[in-house]
Amino acid sequence: MNGKPPLLSIRGVETWYGKIVALRGVDVDVYKGEIVTMIGANGAGKSTLMMTICGDPKAHAGTITYEGIDITNAPTHEIMHMSIAQSPEGRRIFPRMTVLENLQMGAAVTDMEHFDDDLGRVFELFPILKNRKGQRGGTLSGGEQQMLAIARALMSRPKLLLLDEPSLGLAPMIVKQIFDVIRELNESEGLTVFLVEQNAYHALRLAHRGYVMVNGEITMTGTGAELLAREEVQAAYLEGGRH
Amino acid sequence: MEYFLQQLINGLTLGSIYGLIAIGYTMVYGIIGMINFAHGDIFMVGAFIALIAITALGFVASTGIGLIILALMLVLVISMLFAAVYGWTVERLAYRPLRGSFRLAPLITAIGMSIALQNYVQIAQGARVKPLQPIITGGYTITETMTENGLFAVQLSNIQILIIVTTVILMTLFSLLIAKTSLGRSQRACEQDRKMAALLGVNVDRTISLTFVVGAALAAVAGLMFLLYYGVIDFYIGFVAGVKAFTAAVLGGIGSLPGAMLGGLLIGLIETFWSGYFTVEYKDVAAFSILAIVLIFMPSGLLGKPEVEKV
Repeated sequence: MNGKPPLLSIRGVETWYGKIVALRGVDVDVYKGEIVTMIGANGAGKSTLMMTICGDPKAHAGTITYEGIDITNAPTHEIMHMSIAQSPEGRRIFPRMTVLENLQMGAAVTDMEHFDDDLGRVFELFPILKNRKGQRGGTLSGGEQQMLAIARALMSRPKLLLLDEPSLGLAPMIVKQIFDVIRELNESEGLTVFLVEQNAYHALRLAHRGYVMVNGEITMTGTGAELLAREEVQAAYLEGGRH
Repeated sequence: MEYFLQQLINGLTLGSIYGLIAIGYTMVYGIIGMINFAHGDIFMVGAFIALIAITALGFVASTGIGLIILALMLVLVISMLFAAVYGWTVERLAYRPLRGSFRLAPLITAIGMSIALQNYVQIAQGARVKPLQPIITGGYTITETMTENGLFAVQLSNIQILIIVTTVILMTLFSLLIAKTSLGRSQRACEQDRKMAALLGVNVDRTISLTFVVGAALAAVAGLMFLLYYGVIDFYIGFVAGVKAFTAAVLGGIGSLPGAMLGGLLIGLIETFWSGYFTVEYKDVAAFSILAIVLIFMPSGLLGKPEVEKV
């Protein structure tokens, strides 16, 4: 794209869980300012790819470079200091910390500089969190936890946001709200987003480009609209209508 | 009534010492889910370092009170520092390489480390008890009453005041550290979800090391107090005190900081009252019986968190 090197480049990555292979040579590029999505069925290896980018587990083979730096073997906490943030599978809110403390944890890599500004910004994006400020994370509803997980990731002022299934188990209204926020962040601030989803319709409509993953391998790639129009995609991932 | 008051004072003193040790057990359990059996022996090492430091500085009860307090603070810092190094080393050498292996492995290593520390001190310092001349003497008589057995005076000694006040100060500071600072937040984050903490840029290994360091430093404070209060130590004190403090942590709810403090106080009080009103021989039986009864009705301890979290 425009001859510029990608922000995140994944080349031939293989990841193993013990003797089980989860990723079989994955190639993905994410350019600055893009929303890129990876769709695939449950167990295809999408979340494994997300975690491998963050160095937990480490890639068995292949390389991952971010801003031209090889991060394949870097420790997780160092990778997260390079302006990458992840809202992980299952949200992983700290249940016995308040909403505010969860957000403070998100800002830990910034040494709490400009914390108040960033807090105001995520409260604008997700006003419900402001009302829940003093509440423990474990008492929030699923939708609120998802918003908190994204807000927590944003607190570190990332250049690259990794989002793992933000729509899982949420009501369509909430999914729309969350996807609107992602689009807005991308359009107004140029935030680069790598989104993993089972909800292919929403994800492909939101994304500039997409990849389809089956059994740890990339089987298709193209723009969001192209993939949406492909019969194989429709048959495999959009069955049951556009919800 | 007077007798009760006296036992209460004694119980609070003993409970303070147990509480300070219990914090180390509960924090380590909270963050990596293992019982650090060597923690009681870190307490013992702390007491020995304090004794060595006191001997080296060479002050006695007749030294002026201002100088004694200054010297004791120096001893406290030395003892905390050395114990912290021991705590850090034990974790680094014996526990970290086993992280991620099966659950019993670190537990067995911990027992090994406990025995190793005991034997090391036994060889280095000898097996005999080490006495210390009383340094802090005197105290206050709160009330005096005539009983059929003669005059009964309720005594609050200076050393008891020192122990209780120091414990209250340290526990307050420590609670603030955990509740308010970013270091405390990282510690709690690692305790609740280590993987997520790492995803937020927290250096998990370093946080675990710090937990051991802080726990060991608090145990060293307890070690110095034990030395000043009882005036004798040997290489085996860590075992008994360690088991009691561990019991305190379980009673209060393992993993819970206020629980460890409360559990420590309760175990101290139960032991003292039982010895005061019944028989000294069965004080440990009493403490453990109450632990068993509490755990039957409250399996996660008095202030422990329930196992299930709403998601």
